[in-house]
Order: sequence, then C-alpha cells, then structure tokens
Amino acid sequence: MTTIYVPRDSSATSVGADEVAAAIRGAARESGHDIRLVRNGSRGMFWLEPLVEVATDRGRVGYGPVTADAVPALIEAGMLDGADHELCLGLVEELPWMRDQQRLCFARVGLTDPLSVDDYVANGGLAGLRAALDLAPAEVITELSDSGLRGRGGAGFPSGIKWKTVLDTESDLKFVCCNADEGDSGTFADRMLMEGDPFCLIESMAIAAHAVGATEGYIYIRSEYPDAVNTMRAAIDIAYAQGWLGSDILDSGLRFDLSVRVGAGAYICGEETSMLESLEGKRGMVRPKPPIPAINGLFGKPTVVNNVLTLASVPTILANGGGAYAEHGMERSRGTQVFQLAGNIKHGGVFETAFGITLGELVNGYGGGTLSGRPVRAAQVGGPLGSYVPAAQFDLPTDYEAFAAAEAMLGHGGVVVFDDTVDMAAMARFAMEFCAEESCGKCTPCRVGAVRGVEVIDRITSGEEPETNIGVLNDLCEVMTEGSLCAMGGLTPNPVRSALQHFADDFTGGHAPATTGDDPTTTSGNGSGPSGVLAGDEESKA
Amino acid sequence: MSRVDVAELVRSVVENRRHERGPLLVILHDLNDQLGYIDSTVVELVAGELNVSRADVHGVVTFYTDFRTEPAAGVSLKLCRAEACKAVGAERVVEHAQQVFGVRVGETTPDGSVTLDQVFCLGNCALGPAAQVNGKTHGRVDENRLVEILASAETTERASATSPGEPS
Repeated sequence: MTTIYVPRDSSATSVGADEVAAAIRGAARESGHDIRLVRNGSRGMFWLEPLVEVATDRGRVGYGPVTADAVPALIEAGMLDGADHELCLGLVEELPWMRDQQRLCFARVGLTDPLSVDDYVANGGLAGLRAALDLAPAEVITELSDSGLRGRGGAGFPSGIKWKTVLDTESDLKFVCCNADEGDSGTFADRMLMEGDPFCLIESMAIAAHAVGATEGYIYIRSEYPDAVNTMRAAIDIAYAQGWLGSDILDSGLRFDLSVRVGAGAYICGEETSMLESLEGKRGMVRPKPPIPAINGLFGKPTVVNNVLTLASVPTILANGGGAYAEHGMERSRGTQVFQLAGNIKHGGVFETAFGITLGELVNGYGGGTLSGRPVRAAQVGGPLGSYVPAAQFDLPTDYEAFAAAEAMLGHGGVVVFDDTVDMAAMARFAMEFCAEESCGKCTPCRVGAVRGVEVIDRITSGEEPETNIGVLNDLCEVMTEGSLCAMGGLTPNPVRSALQHFADDFTGGHAPATTGDDPTTTSGNGSGPSGVLAGDEESKA
Repeated sequence: MSRVDVAELVRSVVENRRHERGPLLVILHDLNDQLGYIDSTVVELVAGELNVSRADVHGVVTFYTDFRTEPAAGVSLKLCRAEACKAVGAERVVEHAQQVFGVRVGETTPDGSVTLDQVFCLGNCALGPAAQVNGKTHGRVDENRLVEILASAETTERASATSPGEPS
C-alpha cells in the first residue's frame, strides 16, 4: 500500500488541496491502486501548494503545484510509484528550501499526520515533557534560561525570566495562556503549527504548567483561523484520552487542564493584556503595566502568556538541553526563528533557520524576489507595526539588536515584500488607518492620534504645506511612541516614519510609482478553484 | 424565531456555559453562531441571565467585529486588505467586489444574498490576495476567481441551507 500525503493546511486548501485529495482518492480507486491518504500539515513551500508527496523507498517524492484536473494524468504517469513527471520535484527533503533549514520548532510540521498520536511519538513528541517531569520546576526554568529563548511574538522578552516570575509568585491558582491571536499580516507560522503539529503546543503548555505550578490553561485563537481552532480542539480531546492532559499527566501527578477560546475579530487582542481581558469575557481593553501578567494576569492570578512559537520551541529545549539550543543564532538572539516570507514574493512560505541570516538572503535568495518579477522596493518586517526596510538595507542580519540599531524591528520574523509599484505614502496612511480601526480606544495618543495621522498624511500627499505637515506628522509620531499605553499606538509610527525616511518622494509627489501592465495576481496557475466537491475532514482520520 | 424561543435558547446556552470562567464571550459566540446575529433583545436576555447590566453586554457585543447586530446574508464574503495581500493587488479585488455587488464593505446586497466584509489577515499571506467565504479560506483570488468561488458558495448554500457564521 502506498502512502500519499496531501496537506490539510488552510493555505494549501485555499488553492485546492481538498479537491486534489478527493481526485487522488477517486482516481486511485478507479485504477485499482491501494493507497493510504494522509492529510499532513504544510511543508511551508506555498508556491508549490497543493504539494502532493508519495512515500517511496528513496524517501518522499513531491509533486506540485498539483491541480485536481492534473491528477488523472499524474496517476497515469505513475505518480503513485514516485515516477517522473513535469510536476515532479524529486525528494522533498533534498529541495534546497528544505535542506538548508534548521527545523527545531517546525520539526514535525508537514511531516506527520497532525492528529496521529503514533506519528507524534515516533517523531520525537513527548521527549521534552518527559525530560521536564524528571526535573524540579526551577531546573526546567534553568534550562529555558540557558537556551536564551526570547518571546517569538514580537517583543523578544527572555522567556526564562517570565516563567521564573510566575514560579516565584505565590498563588493558589496560576494560568498558562497561549497567545494564538496571530493578527499581523505576513505571519502564518502560528496557524501552521496549530494546524500541522497541535500536540507540540499541548506538550509545551504542560511543560510550562509544571515549571510554574499552573493548573489551568487557555489557547486564545483568532476566529479568522477556524481550521486551527478545530484542529487544536480535536488534539486536546485526543491528548486527554492519552493522559497527556488532565489530572495525572503521564502518571507524574501533574494536573493541567487546557481549552481553546476563540477571539472575535479584534486585532488588539493580540496584545497580551487585552487578550487577558478578552479571555475574561470582557471588551479587549488594554491594561496598564505594571502590574505585569506574570504577577497579576488572568483573573488577577499569576499567568504565563507566551506566543505559539515561543511555547513550541520549549519541548526541543527540554529534550536536548538549553545549551544545545543556544548553539544556534548570534549575539543575544539565540536559537532559530521561523521566518515567514509573504506578500509579493515568488517563493513564499516558512523558513526556519538560526538568527543571523540576512534579509536579502531570505527575500532574494530563498524567496526568489517578487512574484511580479519586478524589482523589490521594500519589505515590512515584523508585522503592521514593523518598519519598512528599503532594498538597499537588505544586508541586515536577522538579529533583534541589529534590527533595532537600524530603527527597524525583527519582531516575529514575518517579512512582507513589495515591488516597485508600491506607493509608500499609501502604505503609511494605511498604517494609521489600521490603527484607527483597531485601537481599543483606551489611551488618547492611539485613539485620536491615529485619526489625526490619516488626516495629516492626506494633507501632505495633497500638497498642503508639505514641510509644515511633515513636521506635524513627526511630532504626532513622537507623541504616539512615547505616550501610548501599548505597542499598538506605540509602534504604529514605525511603518509611518520608516516610509517617510526612506521614501519621502512618495509623500511629496516626487516619485512616480512604476506602473504595471500585467496583473501579478493572474500569473499563478496553481489554484484549481473549488469544484463543488467538498472533501471532508474524515480523510485526516483515515 | 419567536421571542419565547429566543429566550429559551439564551437560557440553555447560558446554562451550558455558566460553569466556565468569564463565559460572556463564549456565550455570545454560541448565540451569534445559532441566531446569526445578536440584537438588543438578546443583549437584554443575556444580561438578565448573567445578572450583569445591559451596558456590559452591549459593550462587549459592539467591541468585536464578529458579533453582528443584524442578520447577515447566506454567503459571507470577507476580503483581506492587510499589507501582504495589498502587495499583490487586494485593493483591486475589493474595488471589483464593491462594483459587482453594488455595496461597500460592511454591507449586505439588497437581495440579502451576500455580505461583503473586509478582514485584516487570514494567515494566507504567501498566497494572497486572500478571501474567506463562509469560513473557508481561498488564495490567489483575482476578479475571475472571485466569481467562481461565489458561484460555488451560493450553490453549496442553497443545497445545504446551513446556518451562517463561523464553524464552531
């Protein structure tokens, strides 16, 4: 029996993976092939999705991008035996994109059936939790501190210090909360991990519970990710049945209960204190800090709040030791970062590697430049609140401090690429518009400043006293940076100021945006379109 | 649904969730999924069941964009307008959709068939422009593909007549 992999990741299904899976099932049945179809996570090479993999004696042979219409011909050509074809990519593990990565956090994503307990354990799952349970809580935190792990959500705060604070705070009740409100454009690694390796997140939260003495946990997932919500919930049910959650985890006596909470379409709830308010069933209004959540968090109790990828890095640290993790990376950025290449990029997806790789190697090297084939003009790194980095600065190494020194932000490693048709004044205006739309409204610099920001940018671009108004805009940015309660208002000036600094001509009409005759969005032919055949989720359980 | 039926539904949803910590958001999700929207009648009923003020419930309902205060159409079309999708032409798709349906984002077509919404990021940033139709994400959406997707969604909608809203 041949094992065939067709991803269930929602990016893969967004371009027809369900239809491809249904077509393969049908064609195999008709041609009398006995196959086992596994709906794996995505390998993260989205330009190749839907990527079909066939298990052979040599390894997993890839085909992509496959459309449902192409399936009969592929099977005719011998795809089920790993035969050659124009869509055949060879062994997936040997593709440069895969071969050159150091996948610690994403070790299993794309490789396994996300909801298979056997796959999970056979591929290193639970090793971290078992190692942690053999250690005292303080020893777990020592490993974490030794690893140098910093928060992957964007702020880069040392995780060991956060966990130690929770451990050292006396309380009858403590929480572990996973921030899976991945609202930033250009980021999708949290979603991929939850859809592709949900047990990893469960394991890591159980480790956190043991380390800090927490008994309850929540994963706060944004409602825009229905597939991640469903996968996480299914995985939690399985984990309870396996004894990986509940009152006596792995017979160690550890008690930890975990559930998923779904957001309701508010970007600000990705800010940790706003997320806590939302988890409490309230409006997602930001809380002033201090007190910090580690001391006074969910329902006023000591709470670990970590991003998905921060937590998902923990099992490997415990399994192999903090020192082994710290061997990767540069300066104070240790370990690996899951970079996400997005926007106008030829080869978009996730690329996990040690900190230090340059932005240029990522965008122009692995990313292959723009999708439109036009020159790269800028990349926004670190989400909507990150700076625009001009192509001239692409030699920047991906290191928290190096980016900070260049007045940019590495953040969560999301990189959105723009070609030379982009109007940077419009992007700066959008940053303010977005802030106005998504501000929680608690503090004035953010709530009012963002609205004024849109107005003043409009005045500049319409040629109304541009010099004076640029001065006003800079003043406004300073007020927002210094006076806002949280990163929403505090960092919105990043994209605005960087656009103004590097692309001033766009604001004052000196730059004529390059125009493009052809539509970049029509150049991709990898979407088969929904055929009306709705492949059910049952496939994953086959 | 009559007022009595709605009251009964609210009671049972609240009863189901009462034991959870800080259950208001969870309750509103359940009701939004089952009713399609949360109007002032429901707000009053929820407030009564939880023994909190109507203002408290109203404040939460209006803070989050997922909670509708009026019925949505059978087909919910959400177009991503965040940076990564803008970089590959999302605004053109939005413009096209507004023209085709004759409504602005946030509005429902006069025949009540399609609600057009904007969304900031669907996590499909390497395959933009992205759209979500009744909870299913689509990538590399251009003007032509948008029409295909909607035609398929309307067929599915008619065939199954499922309730709108996110899958729970």
